[in-house]
This record gives sequence, C-alpha cells and structure tokens, in this order.
Amino acid sequence: MFEAFDATLLARIQFAFTVSFHIIFPAFSIGLASYLAVLEALWLWKKDAVYLELFNFWKTIFAVAFGMGVVSGIVMSYQFGTNWSVFSDKAGPIIGPLMGYEVLTAFFLEAGFLGIMLFGLNRVGPRLHFLATVMVAIGTLISATWILSANSWMQTPAGFATNEAGQFIPVDWWAIIFNPSFPYRLVHMVLAAYLTTALVVGACGAWHLLHNTAPRRARTMFSMAMWMAAIVAPIQIFAGDQHGLNTLEHQPAKVMAMEGHYHSHPDGAPLVLFGIPNSAEKRIDYAIEVPKLGSLILKHDLDAPLAGLDTIPDELHPPVAVVFWSFRVMVGMGLAMLGIGLWSLWCRYRGTLDGDIWLHRAAVLMGPAGFVAVLAGWITTEVGRQPYTVYGHLLTANSIAPIEAPAIGASLVAFIVVYFLVFGAGTFYILRLMARLPRDTMPELDEGPLRTAGVTPGPATAKPHGGHHGS
Amino acid sequence: MALDLPFIWAALIAFAVLAYVVLDGFDLGVGILFPLFPEKHDRDVMMNSVAPVWDGNETWLVLGGGGLMAVFPLAYATIMPALYAPIIAMLIGLIFRGVAFEYRWRTKRAEYLWNWAFAGGSTLAAFAQGLALGALVQGIPIEDRAYAGGWWDWLTPFSIVTGVAIVVGYALLGATWLIMKTRGDLAERARSIALKCAFGTIAAMGIVSLWTPFLERVYLQRWFGWPTAIFSVIVPLLVLGCLYLLLKGIQERRDAQPFLAALGLFVLGYIGIGISFYPYMVPPSLTIWDAAAPNESLAFLLVGALVLVPIILAYTAYAYWVFRGKVDPEEGYH
Repeated sequence: MFEAFDATLLARIQFAFTVSFHIIFPAFSIGLASYLAVLEALWLWKKDAVYLELFNFWKTIFAVAFGMGVVSGIVMSYQFGTNWSVFSDKAGPIIGPLMGYEVLTAFFLEAGFLGIMLFGLNRVGPRLHFLATVMVAIGTLISATWILSANSWMQTPAGFATNEAGQFIPVDWWAIIFNPSFPYRLVHMVLAAYLTTALVVGACGAWHLLHNTAPRRARTMFSMAMWMAAIVAPIQIFAGDQHGLNTLEHQPAKVMAMEGHYHSHPDGAPLVLFGIPNSAEKRIDYAIEVPKLGSLILKHDLDAPLAGLDTIPDELHPPVAVVFWSFRVMVGMGLAMLGIGLWSLWCRYRGTLDGDIWLHRAAVLMGPAGFVAVLAGWITTEVGRQPYTVYGHLLTANSIAPIEAPAIGASLVAFIVVYFLVFGAGTFYILRLMARLPRDTMPELDEGPLRTAGVTPGPATAKPHGGHHGS
Repeated sequence: MALDLPFIWAALIAFAVLAYVVLDGFDLGVGILFPLFPEKHDRDVMMNSVAPVWDGNETWLVLGGGGLMAVFPLAYATIMPALYAPIIAMLIGLIFRGVAFEYRWRTKRAEYLWNWAFAGGSTLAAFAQGLALGALVQGIPIEDRAYAGGWWDWLTPFSIVTGVAIVVGYALLGATWLIMKTRGDLAERARSIALKCAFGTIAAMGIVSLWTPFLERVYLQRWFGWPTAIFSVIVPLLVLGCLYLLLKGIQERRDAQPFLAALGLFVLGYIGIGISFYPYMVPPSLTIWDAAAPNESLAFLLVGALVLVPIILAYTAYAYWVFRGKVDPEEGYH
C-alpha cells in the first residue's frame, strides 16, 4: 500500500488536509471572540439581559470551536518536523521564532483566560470576567498576526541571508515580520474571519426568526450580524483587490494562474470569467471573457501589457486549474456576501429586516459561505505558491522529510479517519447548540451586573444553571 | 559550560518541557484514571477539576515543539522523523482527549464514547510521550543533517518500559491532584490509588535508572565517573525524601502535600535525565551547539521570552488561584 505514491505528494495532501480542517476553527473563533467581547461590553454598558443571554449562548459554541482549533493546531506545530524536516531545518531559524512568539504572546493568553471566561463569572465578578473575555479576543488577533507574518514570509521572503548549511539566516527582523505581503494578508484574513462569524451568527439568528423561537434574541443577533456583513463585505472586496495587486508585484505566476493567463497579452489582457483551464494545450477551453478588463483591474489601464505563464519555465508553473477555480469560488462568495449585506440594508431601510422571509432564508443558506471563501482563498494562495515552500528560494520537493511513503500514507489515513469522526461530531454538536433556544441565564444576574469589588473569595455560591445537557 | 545563547536556550526549552510534563501530566493522569471511577458524578467532578486549566497546560507542549523548531531547528528536524509513529500517536491521543472536555457535556447518548475518548486518548498520549522519551534516551543516529536510523528504532524493550513508566507517573500526578481538589469518597479512592501509583512510579524510576547507564557509554561515565558521580548519590536520596513526604502526606490526609511531593519526584527524574544528556541535545549525535539556530534567531526570541515567560507564569498562577480549593460539584458552565 502507498508504495506507488510519491512521498512528497502524500505529505502535501496531509498538510493540505490538516491545515484546511484547522483554519476553519480559527476563522470562526477569531470573529466569535471579538463578538463575545462586544456582547459582554454591551451587557455591562446597557444592563440589558438580552446581551448576557446571547453571550452565554455563543460562549458555549465558542468553547467547542476553540477546543477543535486547539487540538488541530497542535498537529500543525508538530507536522513541520515530522513531514517537512528539511524545511524546518532550513527555514526554522526564521519561521520558528515567529511561531514561538505566537505561542508566547497569543496561545498562553487565550488559554490562560479562557478558563476564567468559561467558568469564572461567579468567582471573579463581571469586570474581571470582561477583562478575561477581552484578553481571549486580543489573543486570537495576536495569533493571527504572527502566523500570517510567518506565512507571508514564505510567500514574499525578505530580510534574510543564507549560510553554508543551507539555512535561511535572519538579517533584519523588521523586514522579515513586515515582509511585503504581510499587511495585505493580515487585513484580508482578519476581515474574512469577521465576515465568516457574521454569516454564521446571521444564519443562526435568521433560523430562529424563521422558526419564531426567542424572537428578541434572534432579532438582536440577526441585526448585529447583518450590520457586520453590510459594512465589512465591501471593505473586504477592496482589501482583496489591493492584496491581488501586491501579489501581482511579488508573485506574478500566482496571478497568472488565478487569471488563467497562459499567454502574454502585449496590448491589453481580457478578464476570463469562466472556462476550463487546459494546461496541456496551454489555453482556457470554453472561455467566457471580457476584453481588456483584466488589464483594467490589474494595471488600471485598458491597453496595459500583461505577461503570461509563457514568460516562466514550465517546471515553475503552479497548478493552474486548482488556483483558477478556487479563486473564482472565493470571489463568487465575496460577491454573494456583498449582495446579502446590501439586501439587509434595503430591508432595514424599508423596516422589514425582521419580517422578510426570503432574506432570512438567504441568510441561512449563506451561513457556511465564509468557510467556503476562507478555504478557497487559502487554496488559491498556497497552491499558487507552488512549486516553492519559500517563494523563489526553496522548492517544495526539496523541503520534504526523508520519510518513506508508507509511513506518511498510514498517518494520512489515520488523520482522515480521526478528523472526520471528531470534527464531524463537533460540527454536529455546534449545529445542535445553535438550533437550541438561547437559554435563560441565572435570574439574579438579569438585573444587570452585580457590583463586586474584584475576586469573590472562597468557592462559588452560584445556583446550578437551569437547562439540561444535550438531548 | 559556556553561558552563551544556545546554553540559555537549552535551559529554557528544558524548563518548557518540564512545565509541560508536570502540568499536563496531572490532567492526562486524571484521564488515565477515568476507568477506575465508573460513577458519572465522580467523572463530572474529575473533569471539572481540570477543565479550566488543561488548555493552558497543553500550550507548553506547543511551546516545546515551536520553540525547538525556532532555536534548535536541526534537533527538531531530526527528532520528529525519528519518532514519527509515537508523535503521530500522541497527537491523535491529544485530539480525542482534548475535544472530550467539550463533547462529553453535549450528549447523553454518546457520553460513554467520549468518556472512552478521554481515557483512551489520555493514556495513548502519555504512553507515546514515554516511548518518545525512551527512544531519545537510547540515542538517535544522524548523518548529513538528517535522521539516519530505521523506522522502528523507537520500539525497544527500554522504550516500552519508559512508556509504561510515564503512564504510571502521570496517574500518580492525577491521583494526587484529585486528593487536593476533591472531597469525600472520591478523594478517599484517589488516596488508595495514589498509594499504589507511588510504589509503581518508584519501581519504574529505579528500573529506568539502572538500565540507562548501560545504553550509552556517556551515561555510564556520567553516573559512575568522578566528580559527576556525586549526583548518583544525591539524586536518589532526594527521591527517597520525596517518596517519604508523599506517603506521609497520603497517610496524614493532607490536601496539597502528596501532589507537591509527586511533582518533586518528576522534577528529580527530569534533572537526572538532564544530567545524563548534557551537553547533548540529541544523544549521541548533536550537542546543544550543533543543533542551535544562528545567534540572530536565538537573541530575537530570547528578548521576548525573558519578558513574556514571567508574565505568562503570573497570569497562569492567577488562573489557578481563581479556581483554587475543592471542586464544587454544582459548578461548571455546562
């Protein structure tokens, strides 16, 4: 078994599989942590119990998603060594410290305050509890910052030299961290996380509006989510465009694959809307294209020349079909998000936000759109980086560990079975939690926050929650 | 013994791994002990005793892995392939037990499945860590900046013994933790289990200690050569001291003493391994200095670590302080 496979291909599949599963959870928990901080702030400020109810409702869902993110993340931190040991040896001196800072500044912060956020309201009082919630939210954003800096450095490496052992040596940490694509990628990903969460919260609110359960809480979360979508979707499209222009500057081959430009266009390139990339014949079959629009978008000039993949040796081409399609999926999702955002504004203006059944159905349908877009976006950027791990400097084929294919194949099968089982169950539990009524909280807290001066000594005196576990 | 950046980092990585072992050790231990406590109520309390802190404990493992890649990339790049199977097994064990903390409360019908996931995952992760430890102590052959051994080298009688030793040791930490955090019948049974685990742990430490010097010449010289042989007298004496405090703490029904004494046992065992290893990062192939990243990497991360590690320890201690005292069976947000 697996002898026929190439170890590099199996390792790439394993990385793609584990990182795709992993990114789903942070994409959701980054946005949700900020949303929880906002909800708790609103509760402390307005003393309106609906916010505390929503906080407790989403807090439980956050705990499940965060747990899945933690365990799938530990796999990532060891996979570089098990499957990509040559990459680790060579790029470790630069990538390692960035990830080390992620652990020191973000993971401990999240983990340290998560326990207080989930279990500690009665022990520390509302203000310190709010501080814990904010710390968790900040932790998720710091984490995104470091890991995107590391990924961006692999895409647009800067500030380094090499030594005789073939390792990348840091020369200028400022240039490494703030490498050319980092600011664009960070903004694009954090906005994506916020949008993803907004769409999930919106779908949940819409579902409860359609079923007429807990109307006030459902209205509140649906309205908040639709504000988020309406404001962030257009900003995200602009940020994505800027990120694309940055990619054109530093990774032209990736943009050529995204656009399906096998050939150079000396006097204005078309925008290919759809078609079937045919890498063997170096053309897009059945292409539907708009003349000159490609140059207009990428160069802001109808007749600007645009180079194609014919200017790059064949062995350095990324897999065009995958990049071409994943990019279109991402853009399509982005436009759909813009659509639902504008639609919600129109309904708000007409005063039918709570009553438009078709908007609610569309919002439920759009619930997973953020995840689809995030995955498609990461596939675009990561597959588009091929054949390199460190762009222009280290080939993927030269990054692999000296592990035999059967070992990688066996671990891949194990991960696939475990992930579908464990994360399938987790997704099911999250969906079931969302379908549940946002549950009433402790009645004595409904009057607004208690006035306590910090830590309440001794064991908690809270009454057990109403509500029951599971089914 | 130069006090340079690689040496400082070796000490810091050693500290991170020790922090991981003693912290995650007790919450893995609680999972290992799950099958011995069949009552649902007991299991709820056991899980709630570690639920607020387990994630922070496991973060030290991520620091160990990420830190190793950052400051000793060559060690990371050779140890991980050499220990491929135990590492994958550990990760899968940690996945099952980690999600069980949340999933177990989400279902009545499948609760027994997640109980098994918690117990099995914890035990598998502990055993895999012990295997990895044993394989590392045996030594890892390296040629031309890559692992140069076979794919089953990690599986030997010695590594199986260290695997069992870690499972028993973690169970001891878990049992003494339960003595500290629970009341009544649950704490009583934890005491009797802790007693058995204490003798098991000491026996395992003895077997591993007597076996180790015959694996590598370097270890033999370290433990039976002058002046390092001084440690061969001091460490076992301190171990016996800890054992005395542990047994006395159980007998006199003290809350925290058994747990602290068990931690002491782990710290001493760890120091013993450290004495054996020095100056190697990957015995017998790589010294600390062979494996170290360039000084620019070490210095950059050290600045942050010196500021952040004390802060991390401070708020981690605060989190433990918030959840101090016995577990209230009525508590938990579920």
